Amino acid sequence: MPVREVSIVNRQGVHARPAVQFVTTAKKFSCRVTVRMGTKVADGASIMEMMLLEALPGTVLRIEAEGPEADACLDALAHVVAEFDKD
Amino acid sequence: MEIRKGIAVSPGVAIAPAIVLDSEQFRIPRRSIEPQETAAELGRFQAAVEHAQGEVRELRVRVASDVGEKLGAIFDVQDALLADPHLVAEVRELVERERYSAEYAVSQILKAYARKFLALPNRYMADRVADVYDVEKRLLRNLIGARRESLGQLSEPVIVIAHDLTPSQTASLDRSKVLAFATDIGGRTSHTTIVARAMGIPAVVGLKTITAELSGGDNVIVDGNRGLVVINPDEATIGRFREAEGRFRRMEKQLGDLRDLPATTPDGHEVRLWGNIEFPHEVEVCLSRGATGIGLYRTEFLYLDRDADPTEEEHFQAYAEAIDAAKGRPVVIRTCDLGADKFTHLSGEYDERNPFLGCRSIRFSLQHIGLFETQLRAILRASALGPVRIMFPLITNLRELRQAKMLLGDVREDLEEEGVLFDPDAKVGIMVEVPSAAIMARHFARECDFFSIGTNDLTQYALAVDRSNERVASLYTPGHPAVLRLIQSVVEAGLEAGIEVGVCGEMAGEPIYVPVLLGMGVHVFSVSPATLLEIKKVIRTVSMAQAREVCQKVFQFDSDREVDAYLTEIGRRLLPEMIA
Repeated sequence: MPVREVSIVNRQGVHARPAVQFVTTAKKFSCRVTVRMGTKVADGASIMEMMLLEALPGTVLRIEAEGPEADACLDALAHVVAEFDKD
Repeated sequence: MEIRKGIAVSPGVAIAPAIVLDSEQFRIPRRSIEPQETAAELGRFQAAVEHAQGEVRELRVRVASDVGEKLGAIFDVQDALLADPHLVAEVRELVERERYSAEYAVSQILKAYARKFLALPNRYMADRVADVYDVEKRLLRNLIGARRESLGQLSEPVIVIAHDLTPSQTASLDRSKVLAFATDIGGRTSHTTIVARAMGIPAVVGLKTITAELSGGDNVIVDGNRGLVVINPDEATIGRFREAEGRFRRMEKQLGDLRDLPATTPDGHEVRLWGNIEFPHEVEVCLSRGATGIGLYRTEFLYLDRDADPTEEEHFQAYAEAIDAAKGRPVVIRTCDLGADKFTHLSGEYDERNPFLGCRSIRFSLQHIGLFETQLRAILRASALGPVRIMFPLITNLRELRQAKMLLGDVREDLEEEGVLFDPDAKVGIMVEVPSAAIMARHFARECDFFSIGTNDLTQYALAVDRSNERVASLYTPGHPAVLRLIQSVVEAGLEAGIEVGVCGEMAGEPIYVPVLLGMGVHVFSVSPATLLEIKKVIRTVSMAQAREVCQKVFQFDSDREVDAYLTEIGRRLLPEMIA
């Protein structure tokens, strides 16, 4: 199963709008996304769970993708995380 | 089981299922559905989600074009929340498995999420709870719509849980079924507090997030004596509280028998037992609990929560209502005591480093003479309707008293010229609540008709302690020998000059301090409606001879601990059932 580790670098972490961007991107691909942060786990398609991760700047997310488009999905998600709050 | 601590504002204990009101007055019933209704219920939920998403998207477009893309994007969050697969699956599961109605399931699930957000240590993240609340409301509005249940038709006893109770919410309640209130916000002067006291039911306010922490139908205990709310209590806890509830009822019943008896010591010394109020309709509560006058009518409520200053007519209406209700008994109206912790649109403009030593109370009035004269005119006009006294708060020097009296004189002349009726002999007094006024009491006594000692501020200023600051609150006690000496010197100055001396601070309503105040020679005890009967009981138990003895003994101690320990001991001996 493809896995990617990404660091949270934006100032506020995965707050509301980054969480929206994350789940919207994850849902574009036909695969199942799971995000782990330490012992916490979130479904990458659930904005509630993504926000409740409370991923603050400096933390590392371990993103797992399962399904036919897993690799493309991870590329896209890594890009989204790197670009949080840059608009 | 979970326990929350708030501010106890109306005594008593009640146990019942909760109904939760939000600001839009939704009442979420714990309704179950029949198995054959499941599909229809899921359909309703689905339709509500879709309709809510439609609303959110429409809002997004409008906000984006009106104020910009960035703000519009805020609604993407709600859109995404509405589409959250976990949220949807969890609601469906409650409907399918537990046979909950769609609105009850939505309320349960979103409140559970709200609790999780509130528990996040990061403030910024925890604040996202606002979006969760919004989504809940939006879904409920779509689900309930016209089917909103009437609060006037409660079939079972309930405890009302609300953010704050608005007057319209209270008006629609079936009062015979409401056993208690608990609210997120509010303090001693909030509408909830007033209503609860007037209804004589327990209430706890200032619980911050109680509406998010439970759902309609949850079993709840409200302990209005200790300011506690217990959510889904276990059997043992319910048993303990039932016992406490019974004890409180018996005590109330026993005290109720005292209502029409005079506030006289066993050896025949009579004092006046009056009530403190914020709102005119509380007069009735005071009288029903045996008060023979209103010793402190706070008038700040007229100024709070509004954009414009109250008109003379608004002042007058409020005073007239109180005077009418008092039916010939004296009403002491305190001129506005704004500032420090009570702000208007005016006084809130200033950022003071030390508001309790700032432009508050009479200082504020003397700097806003127009505002002050409007109030004085209204009080004087109301004095034609019944015995009114005027009381100036926070006087620190004679100049302030003279200025205030001079303005009062001007207003009297105006009224006379206009031919408006008022009582020319209405008494004028001051609140003694600053050490400087207490020390100079002899001089003040020559220039006013009565003293009322405000022990809360007097204690705070004498001991330099803010009792709302937890780190120093333990230093705050009116039992400090310095405070007692200040009070005694005020009483002596009053007795010497032949003017009446009352105590309207909380000290007068604390049973253990009643003997020492009696012993000093205090004429008037003005207390909150809730404590009237208790204090009458103390007065009717302690003889004046005992009170004088207690007073003498107390002045031999040099520390607040000794004083408080001694007074508690005496209290226990005299009234074992009341003082624990």
